[in-house]
Amino acid sequence: MASKAVLTGTHFMNGDEACAEGALAAGCRFFAGYPITPATEVAERMSRRLPQVGGMYIQMEDEIASMAALLGASWGGKKAMTSTSGPGFSLMMENLGLGIITETPCVVCNVQRGGPSTGLPTLVGQADMMQARWGSHGHYEIIALCPSSPQEMFDFTIRAFNLSERFRLPVLVMADEVVGHMNERVLIPEEGAIEVVERKRPTCAPGQFLPYRPEADGVAPMACFGDGYRIHVTGLTHGENGYPAMEDRAQERMVNSLVNKIKMNRDAIISYETEYLDDAEVVLVAYGISVRSARRALRMGRDRGLRLGLVKLNTVWPFPEEFIRGLAGRVRALIMPEINLGQMVLELERCAGGRCPVRLVGHAGGSIIRPGVILSAVEDIRKEAV
Amino acid sequence: MNQPSTAPCMQHPQEELLRSERIPHIWCSGCGIGTVFSCVLAAIRKTGLPLDDVAMVSGIGCTGRMAGYIKVDSYHTTHGRAIPFATGLKLARPQGAVLVASGDGDLIAIGGNHFIHAARRNIDMTVICVNNLNYGMTGGQQAPSTPFGAKTTTSPTGSPEEPFDFCQLAAACGAVYVSRWTSIHIRRLTESLTRAILKPGFSFVEVLAACPTAFGRRNRMRAALDMIKFFHERSVIKNNIDPREAPLDFEGPLLVGDFIDRDRPTFSDNYALVHSGQLGEWPDLERQKHTSGQ
Ligand SMILES: Cc1ncc(C[n+]2csc(CCOP(=O)(O)OP(=O)(O)O)c2C)c(N)n1
Ligand code: SF4
Ligand SMILES: [Mg+2]
Repeated sequence: MASKAVLTGTHFMNGDEACAEGALAAGCRFFAGYPITPATEVAERMSRRLPQVGGMYIQMEDEIASMAALLGASWGGKKAMTSTSGPGFSLMMENLGLGIITETPCVVCNVQRGGPSTGLPTLVGQADMMQARWGSHGHYEIIALCPSSPQEMFDFTIRAFNLSERFRLPVLVMADEVVGHMNERVLIPEEGAIEVVERKRPTCAPGQFLPYRPEADGVAPMACFGDGYRIHVTGLTHGENGYPAMEDRAQERMVNSLVNKIKMNRDAIISYETEYLDDAEVVLVAYGISVRSARRALRMGRDRGLRLGLVKLNTVWPFPEEFIRGLAGRVRALIMPEINLGQMVLELERCAGGRCPVRLVGHAGGSIIRPGVILSAVEDIRKEAV
Repeated sequence: MNQPSTAPCMQHPQEELLRSERIPHIWCSGCGIGTVFSCVLAAIRKTGLPLDDVAMVSGIGCTGRMAGYIKVDSYHTTHGRAIPFATGLKLARPQGAVLVASGDGDLIAIGGNHFIHAARRNIDMTVICVNNLNYGMTGGQQAPSTPFGAKTTTSPTGSPEEPFDFCQLAAACGAVYVSRWTSIHIRRLTESLTRAILKPGFSFVEVLAACPTAFGRRNRMRAALDMIKFFHERSVIKNNIDPREAPLDFEGPLLVGDFIDRDRPTFSDNYALVHSGQLGEWPDLERQKHTSGQ
């Protein structure tokens, strides 16, 4: 019998609720958060569901505290998550960095709305994509996933937990208001059919343990509070023994180690799907809710005889650099629809490296991208690219 | 054994709790933090708790460095955020004892919001604040503890602000254990800390300590001993009084003591209660019936 943590069956729920169910199915047992539209439904569902499965929900005084509490809970041995939107995401940047430098697994779901600042609380945006990449100070790598449906809110949240446990870092689910609030069918599999990853724990004697010495996969095992290793964890630059090390060589080792564990495993992390690429002349590259606009544009275009293809980015960070480079050499143009005035398109352009033209179809936020606008961009670029 | 044993004087009495390989520490000579640190170690030993089940969380500052020298699971987090980190740690692993070591700026300026809410929720942790009246680590700037008129690098002609009284603040927010000592009250401080660690709920121990390097030298207490002498001459012990009757005052008698020791359900107690299905409907909760052991 499935435990109550996994509600096996077919449901009709919104993306925020599906995110909460995904977290529970992945083993999340701690949630700290602060209410914010359009992410509140994640917290509300967690406050009801966590106690049912022996977990704990706490509403903190702000998002700075929420993020700090996640890290504490993770070192306490629990899988932990929070959900937020722009203003709260900004407040989380400080301790997101602490999570990165201390290599702490946890999941942050940002249900994006229009910004800057308080912006458009109830309306969609996709303009926190670069903040997701570089929002906390210092140099680091990050993992961010972009669900395009309630089903993917469920699936990708599970994957976010698995990636965070495996690679020991905060993983971001970069959703958006439309995906968060739309109601659709969500299929929750049998518990046994869901892959769940747990962090590596040390097996050596406490005296021999180096808490920040990576193993062959680039990741060090994690000793949690009470495991008997009595380690020191610091947000200062540290050596493999975890102790502060205030010198350039230690900084070089540590930052490279944070970056390498993602870079060397990028094939295991990066995920995208393609549609109609075989004969495509112009390819739409999209993520999150804009995948739905792009797919509609693709169908309309195909009906008119336009040879369109689609790349659906399931992970946006790390960006599928090599794949895009290869693709750019084979097609006439790449078009990215996104609800901002040009963020991920910069990355697309960089990776295309001039092999084909790259265009943005964007606006400042508040509504989804209309398929017709994408199609006009296709027409325009076909004229230019002859 | 045949081997001559290590001379006892060569070993620190708290060796088992020290990351000796990290000594020498960063604290200046004459700094009060070291004394407080020794008292914390002694108190942990006195509680008899298994050391694997004790954690220290700190923020950033000279005081925050305690977490780097104590040999228990220790977390040196971000400036001001030790309490929310400790909240997550404690709730995730309730069987562990969680100590927070913070400077006055760390705890009450940048971390002030977390402090009042953790006290209100009565999260089971022990918060130790080394109040050296300024930001030591960054070179002696004004803090929310800096006495009116005291000179710092950012109040060169005297601080124009009135400081917080930390003990009154903690008591008003619901802390179940509140005491104030100075770094010269070694025995009493150690006893207070021991009780605070064993006490379920949010315990707060403030320790006034000298920062000769950054604060003392701008305020006619250049030598490490000057502040110690000041504490010695001015402090008056008053136990079990309302902190409102013991305002922190450097111009009159310096009132210290164990002010508050009271019982209140912790966050975890109440979390279990509200999910037990036994609580009535607000506002008719009939809470007394259900709270055990209070
Ligand atoms: C967000 C942030 N702002 C500022 C600082 C710089 N900073 C480091 S320690 C500190 C103040 C420390 O004062 P206190 O908490 O009283 O500790 P003390 O050094 O006096 O023990 C400041 C402002 C920081 N580390 N992080
Ligand atoms: S600056 Fe002040 S608080 Fe910091 S170590 Fe020196 S004396 Fe102590
Ligand atoms: Mg200070």
